[in-house]
Amino acid sequence: MLLARVIGNVVATQKNERYREARVMLVQPINPDGSARGSSLLALDSVDAGEGDVVLIVQEGWSASTAATGEPGAAIDTAIIGVVDYIEEDGA
Amino acid sequence: MQLARVIGNLVATVKNSALDGRKLLVIQSLDSRLRAAGKPLVAVDAVGAGVGELVFWCRGKEASFPFEGSDVPTDCTIIGIVDSAAHVQVYDHLSAKARLAAEGQ
Repeated sequence: MLLARVIGNVVATQKNERYREARVMLVQPINPDGSARGSSLLALDSVDAGEGDVVLIVQEGWSASTAATGEPGAAIDTAIIGVVDYIEEDGA
Repeated sequence: MQLARVIGNLVATVKNSALDGRKLLVIQSLDSRLRAAGKPLVAVDAVGAGVGELVFWCRGKEASFPFEGSDVPTDCTIIGIVDSAAHVQVYDHLSAKARLAAEGQ
């Protein structure tokens, strides 16, 4: 799993019918200190994440599909599966 | 999944039979500001996308799932069309670091 920040969302009326109801969020993977890591991604939301939230994302099809649609087999490679309350780092 | 712009059509007469009748498109992945990110890729279309459209695509094994039952060999499939560039909304005003600090302590 990766940490990411919700940085936006995308409206797509025409999309795979298996997740017609899902929200498509723009997320930026981050390091624990909040700095950006790599390029932004799209993820389906399964936890009602919102603007600015730091979230946990999975980048694996079975998990992403079951989390976001309730069943495996949808064409999804990334889903938001948790909203991070806080991170305790060593010495923090 | 990633945002991308469809930048071309691709025609391949000789191909795996499961790809027969499938539309192959050349796409350029984009970042959240719709700037090019990375190199162009070839994608199979699953939603009726065309050149110039803003789309998003799925990587890996999951890319073949829209074609259930026909084992289409693809690791990059267009699975959604973004309504317009204005429908990519980016929240500008929050920094994750500030947010983590505020929520963590």
